[in-house]
Amino acid sequence: MVRIGAFLVGLFFAGWLFISFLIGAVAYVSEPPVPTVEKAFHKLPKHVAYSFDGPLGHYDKQQLQRGFQVFKEVCSACHSLKFVAFRDLEALGYNEAEVKAIAKQWAIKTPSVDPATGEASTREPVPSDYFPKPFANNVAAAAANNNAIPPDLSLMTKARHHGSAYVYSLLTGYQAQPAELLKKFPDAKTPEGLHYNPYFANLNLAMAPPLTADGQVTYGPGQPKPTVDQMAQDVAAFLTWTAEPKLENRHRAGLATLIFLLIATGLAYMSYQNIWADKKKAA
Amino acid sequence: MSFPWAEQYTPKNPVMVWIDEKLPLPRLAYNAVGAGYPVPRNLNYFWNFGVLAGLALMIQIVTGVIMAMHYGANDLVAFSTVEQTMRDVNAGWLMRYAHANGASFFFIVVYLHIFRGLYFGSYKAPREMVWLLGLVIFLLMMATAFMGYVLPWGQMSYWGAKVITGLFGAIPVVGEPIQTWLLGGFAPGNASLNRFFSLHFLLPFVIAGVIILHIWALHIPGSSNPTGVEVKGPQDTVPFHPYYTAKDGFGAGVFLIAFCALLFFAPNFLGHPDNYIEANPLSTPAHIVPEWYFWPFYAILRAFTVDFFFVPAKLLGVLAMFASILLLFFLPWLDTSPVRSGKYRPTFNKFFWILVIDVLILGWLGGAPAEEPFVMMSQVAAAYYFAHFLIILPLISRFEKPLPLPGSITEAVLAKYGKTDGATVAVPAE
Repeated sequence: MVRIGAFLVGLFFAGWLFISFLIGAVAYVSEPPVPTVEKAFHKLPKHVAYSFDGPLGHYDKQQLQRGFQVFKEVCSACHSLKFVAFRDLEALGYNEAEVKAIAKQWAIKTPSVDPATGEASTREPVPSDYFPKPFANNVAAAAANNNAIPPDLSLMTKARHHGSAYVYSLLTGYQAQPAELLKKFPDAKTPEGLHYNPYFANLNLAMAPPLTADGQVTYGPGQPKPTVDQMAQDVAAFLTWTAEPKLENRHRAGLATLIFLLIATGLAYMSYQNIWADKKKAA
Repeated sequence: MSFPWAEQYTPKNPVMVWIDEKLPLPRLAYNAVGAGYPVPRNLNYFWNFGVLAGLALMIQIVTGVIMAMHYGANDLVAFSTVEQTMRDVNAGWLMRYAHANGASFFFIVVYLHIFRGLYFGSYKAPREMVWLLGLVIFLLMMATAFMGYVLPWGQMSYWGAKVITGLFGAIPVVGEPIQTWLLGGFAPGNASLNRFFSLHFLLPFVIAGVIILHIWALHIPGSSNPTGVEVKGPQDTVPFHPYYTAKDGFGAGVFLIAFCALLFFAPNFLGHPDNYIEANPLSTPAHIVPEWYFWPFYAILRAFTVDFFFVPAKLLGVLAMFASILLLFFLPWLDTSPVRSGKYRPTFNKFFWILVIDVLILGWLGGAPAEEPFVMMSQVAAAYYFAHFLIILPLISRFEKPLPLPGSITEAVLAKYGKTDGATVAVPAE
């Protein structure tokens, strides 16, 4: 009874799937799927080498400081960084006084309440504050940015495939729409107010190229020349740190744990062989 | 329970004698996982995965309880409390990554445990109840993992919850009220998040309870073994402790090495980047996919694209997805071959490996975007899945001519290590 029922159920599911397959296959052959402009022109991120790559990778503090400078002078005008606090910057090599000064001089103030009147006001950020948001709310953000809300950057490199390479490629990937694209897909012309970038999933994004000229940010003495390429690499490194601030702790702890486990497992194997010695020989 | 030659618990220490008289808990442990449980002497490494699944559950409970101390089950703060745990709690990143990757490793070892059972016929009499309880554990795990994935309240959490509860919406007439009742609203929201958190905390302890039943049911006939031949005498078994505790210790070491390698050096490899974006009901991700361990079932769900007369394709997909797991409950009665082990079943053996490849392909397709040619491929693969269990397996067990079985477990072991009579030296058989 069970087997007859199972046979019928199996015949139904397998049979209907096979019929669905045939219907799909006929459609696939008679009307092959039309290639989309995204499929044809979207590019995977360029490869960049970073000090934090690989199992023993660690952050280059100089690079993170340069990246922070790019964030401060360029990105922070529109993008929030809500999961990072000023105090976290000590991990970049700034001392307590420097962090205090960075917070105090930050262009955007922290929302507060006037102690005398109870009305909404602002105050200078202190190290324990998170980075204040550039816009009061999403409506204000959309209104100021051609209806697109600039995403928070705290987790950006973990929220995209190939995180840091993606951020770097996007920042350096702006270009004129290829003539070939317009020839193949005449309807795919970049709409007014958007910008063509082959590293962006649907090829056109609202953000105007943020890094436009070499020397846009002035790096301190002894640092590499602030070319667009260098600035993009640095800010991508900084955003990798904001997304994964514990990367170095993780790598160190991982190395120690694996060494311990390899030794422990080796000992466990030897004791297993030892205990079984009489059972694995012929009787 | 167990065999007449099992070693008996004889406490010598007066304190242990006293405890044994009042509450024989040490005796229970001794008989369950100590020297009092005789186990076939020929188990291979595939028999390690039951213990490893137990270890994975313990890792999940410990890391999960700690995560819960820092988690806020509210849709306004859930995402940021998880982030704060990662950033500002001592070793919070470790707990979070261990919990997220621990779920994956729990499924890896459970899948290997299930396929071990499928190959060696562990579901057959007299162990049907062990198999059925194992499937109950598997279903509970799936529910727990699904609800756990919703808790960080990222984009995939939200849209995954929407798609999976939407499956119930496919049921005719009562579907939509059921979906609303499950979610506590018309879309995933604070009410859904709270109940998922509550159940996600509860179910692992239910799983632990069913595991006790699973082991209890196992101890009545005793463990199966790679030959599928039942234990015939004391020479066929060794005491669980120290023999298999030592072997499981080594297995646990290997498991932890693999787990830690991923946890410390590629903790986001198995996750989806979209779940680092906070849930946004107004923005649908380009491809909604569940966690990798659900991909084979997700592929079956999406393989149904054509309505069957008045039955919509979506409902067929939902029925097929549930059927793909429920059919495993009937396995002991679908496979009627008296031979347990796939080693001695030449036809079954070939089809078993086709099934393994088929499930791997289904897994790959479940993670692929829902477009051609992936849909066509998943239709063929899903058709084989159903045909394998419901048509091919019963037919094989009827017509297959099995290979000769070894006379006993000891005979099989001696054949492997070389027979000796008295003084002659062992000759390797392979």
